[in-house]
Amino acid sequence: MLRSSQPLTGPNRKRCREDEALLGTILDEGERGFIIDTRSAQAAKQARMTGGGTEPKSSYPQWRRLHRPMERGRPLQESFIKLVEACNDPSLSMDRWLGRLESSRWLSHVKAALSAACLAAQCMDREESNVLVHGAEGTDTTLLVTALAQLILDPSCRTLAGFQGLLEREWIEAGHPFHVRCARSASSHARLKQEAPIFLLFLDCVWQLSRQFPFSLEFGEHLLLTLFDNAYASAYGTFLCNSEKERSLCKVKESTHSLWAWLNQPEEKQKFLNPLYSHNVLVIWPSVEPQSIQLWQGLFLRWIRPSRHLDEAWEEIQRLVKEN
Amino acid sequence: VENVRLLDRLSSRKAVLGTLYLTATHVIFVENGSETRKETWVLHSQISSIEKQATTATGCPLLIRCKNFQVIQLIIPQERDCHDIYISLIRLARPVKYEELYCFSFNPKLDKEEREQGWKLVDLSEEYNRMGVPNNYWQICDVNREYGVCDSYPTEVYVPKSVTAHIIVGSSKFRSRRRFPALSYYYKDNNASICRSSQPLSGFSARCLEDEQMLQAIRKANPGSDFIYVVDTRPKLNAMANRAAGKGYENEDNYSNIKFQFIGIENIHVMRNSLQKMLEVCELKSPSMSDFLWGLENSGWLKHIKAIMDAGIFIAKAVAEEGVSVLVHCSDGWDRTAQVCSVASLLLDPYYRSMKGFMVLIEKDWVSFGHKFNHRYGNLDGDPKEISPVIDQFIECVWQLMEQFPCAFEFNERFLIHIQHHVYSCQFGNFLCNNQKERRELKIQERTYSLWDHLWKNRADYLNPLYRSDHSQTQGALHPQIAPCNFLYKFWSGMYNRFEKGLHPRQSVTDYLMAVKEETQQLEEELEILGERLANLQKSQLGDNKVKNKQQDRSKQSGLSTSNNSLANTPQEYSNDLKSFPSRSPSQGDEEDSALILTQDNLKSSDPDLSANSDQESGVEDLSCRSPSGGGCLPSEDSGKDSDEAVFLAG
Repeated sequence: MLRSSQPLTGPNRKRCREDEALLGTILDEGERGFIIDTRSAQAAKQARMTGGGTEPKSSYPQWRRLHRPMERGRPLQESFIKLVEACNDPSLSMDRWLGRLESSRWLSHVKAALSAACLAAQCMDREESNVLVHGAEGTDTTLLVTALAQLILDPSCRTLAGFQGLLEREWIEAGHPFHVRCARSASSHARLKQEAPIFLLFLDCVWQLSRQFPFSLEFGEHLLLTLFDNAYASAYGTFLCNSEKERSLCKVKESTHSLWAWLNQPEEKQKFLNPLYSHNVLVIWPSVEPQSIQLWQGLFLRWIRPSRHLDEAWEEIQRLVKEN
Repeated sequence: VENVRLLDRLSSRKAVLGTLYLTATHVIFVENGSETRKETWVLHSQISSIEKQATTATGCPLLIRCKNFQVIQLIIPQERDCHDIYISLIRLARPVKYEELYCFSFNPKLDKEEREQGWKLVDLSEEYNRMGVPNNYWQICDVNREYGVCDSYPTEVYVPKSVTAHIIVGSSKFRSRRRFPALSYYYKDNNASICRSSQPLSGFSARCLEDEQMLQAIRKANPGSDFIYVVDTRPKLNAMANRAAGKGYENEDNYSNIKFQFIGIENIHVMRNSLQKMLEVCELKSPSMSDFLWGLENSGWLKHIKAIMDAGIFIAKAVAEEGVSVLVHCSDGWDRTAQVCSVASLLLDPYYRSMKGFMVLIEKDWVSFGHKFNHRYGNLDGDPKEISPVIDQFIECVWQLMEQFPCAFEFNERFLIHIQHHVYSCQFGNFLCNNQKERRELKIQERTYSLWDHLWKNRADYLNPLYRSDHSQTQGALHPQIAPCNFLYKFWSGMYNRFEKGLHPRQSVTDYLMAVKEETQQLEEELEILGERLANLQKSQLGDNKVKNKQQDRSKQSGLSTSNNSLANTPQEYSNDLKSFPSRSPSQGDEEDSALILTQDNLKSSDPDLSANSDQESGVEDLSCRSPSGGGCLPSEDSGKDSDEAVFLAG
């Protein structure tokens, strides 16, 4: 699986021999590859007007392009804000709740993200084909798809250590602009242009996987909530800045502590482990039917609903497993 | 009938060929194929509707919808056969005599004494004693022993000590269907009680001295409070409309010391339509998130569930926190009243959250108090307007509570699903007829078997591993939040999508934890035995170095390894268009596709008579049997002349 940003075909259909050669070396003679474009076909075409575009079939004959439009940017932030508002609205009666939930479209975005990731995984696992994923910039929905696909396919990404590695690789080093994306969150009045909860969407998808495969992830909800918190505000430098370059310029590694270092301390690590974990070497294919995708109560209702009874249940589960 | 195709509901390209059998009690579909002769059994009583669809090139489609929400889609090759099957099923699914029902022919091979013992498992007189009655305030009353006062009530009810037969009879004449106020639950901590009745025949101005005295007596039976609540579970408008028909509700002016309250749960017709709408949503092919959520909201189903729950919470609070007795009624006092009283009792008393207690609760508030099982669930062919998912809603309320309080119930989701299944299956005699009188006339206990006995024998399958009787959640009353918590109500896909493989979490946490618990117990016992042996050996053979303790081979016991291959599953259809990836031909079958095939013989479920296709029971290991379909088919992008067409995979 490869990732990139959009090719700069532009309105005049520029070609780039080097780019074609690069992609050419990936595939053997007669082999086919898939390009998963996270924009709609129309959006991708329109991108040409501003210098972007898609890979023309004539120049990339061995690659088949599939479009899986995914929301990003302002609309995604609006979706997030609407959902949080609905959850926090005490006057909302039961006969309006589902409609409000729906009109935020958040769960639709979760469904779309999981579907796209599953498609990428299918291409690799079932079709045994190489896959190239890109959107426009290659820093948002692209990373969402590649990271999720790896979780689905690769059991080592589902271990606590492997998941940290996945985050480092596919989000931090890959250059997701955390600083501008995770700025004010849902309650702020400032509607910043670059803000968008793509990373949260990723964490939500991971949570859906953990719900559907309760034994297959070595970590639990607590880790996902911790990551969410730290992406927005952190005592550690892991999620600072927008790219490796910026982190280097700001000397982040020299002046801050790493979140992973803290997490991996034995006393802390315990809290993040899933007591039900059992190494599962197989691919985990989630169901993306609406009934299978649920609202992540632990995050969206975190301060609203009492968690005592559910915490007690988890303690009981841990106790049972430990006793054994 | 041979060469019948059974379609997979969600993946319509996947059809299985087999033979269809019709017996006196079941429809059975047996798959062709050498090793895997998978059988699908459906009880006739479970059939809710049959739809014959337009004949196509492949054959004549027949759609069977069941009361337990299973949907079976068959393709019959010959139109004439299809018609015959259709007509037969219509007749078989609508019995006219009780004797046609499965429970009269079902034979679990128990002798007469075992059958009798089975019926004695749940004893209501024991239950009332456990509650703490009879006592200084409450007495048992047998004025209805010949069903002479109220034919839908049991022969024995509990009434306040100060009430005479005269008052009971007088009050019953002033209540719809003669269902006079009687005790449902007595809260011994503070003497408050929950009583139930039907609506008074008060019209606009009628009064009845005895009925007023009855309510007074209820109040006096609780010296800790100087008033009682009267809760009418109907919407105010409906109750008022009833007044025009000579019925209605209690006027606070006439009944001293009552506080009247409407709760507003809709009637059986609204509920029937609500369920219908929700099932239509479930039947959508590849719905979007939007279709699903809007559909669910438009059905109103969760809103109704919440209404029932809120009513139960109100009553439980009144009893436990305010120490005030409550009289509950609706119109006839056998639907919403039953729901609300049993929810309240469940919240108040941890006994009803135990497996035995739950069976007792249903026996008390539903069976003995004359909930019309036959009419509501269509044991026999009857008026379709009487059909309504009343007990289904109560069972769902229990499930919603289980999700909020995972440690508080001794039983698990499967227990609830099986009970619901058997409300409709008529395999046992508990839920037959409309009241105790009818059941006794038919001699149900002598001619059928008890579901409670059957469930109890298999209780290991129904336990909740997180339940501990000394846990804080299992002591005392439960306090669910009321508002704001709309979001806490979830869609119960375990019930309404029960038979859809691939929709549910593949791995059952409940079963895993039960296995863990069992293993721990076995190991502890082994440890004890070894410890004793060691002690004995050390005593008898001091200094003998040749003594070797037998090493126990602690190989993993039953079903603990979750990392076995039955977790394998296959990809879903990840796009709305059903063209598949071209490279996979059916003959390249995945070994992953069918990890475990259930047949009637090796059915792991505790319910051998449950249809064998219930591999979606949360207890059974996952066996996602979906073919690797799904793929990236896009509507062909119209690219005009330029070569930037979006490429898509051909089917």
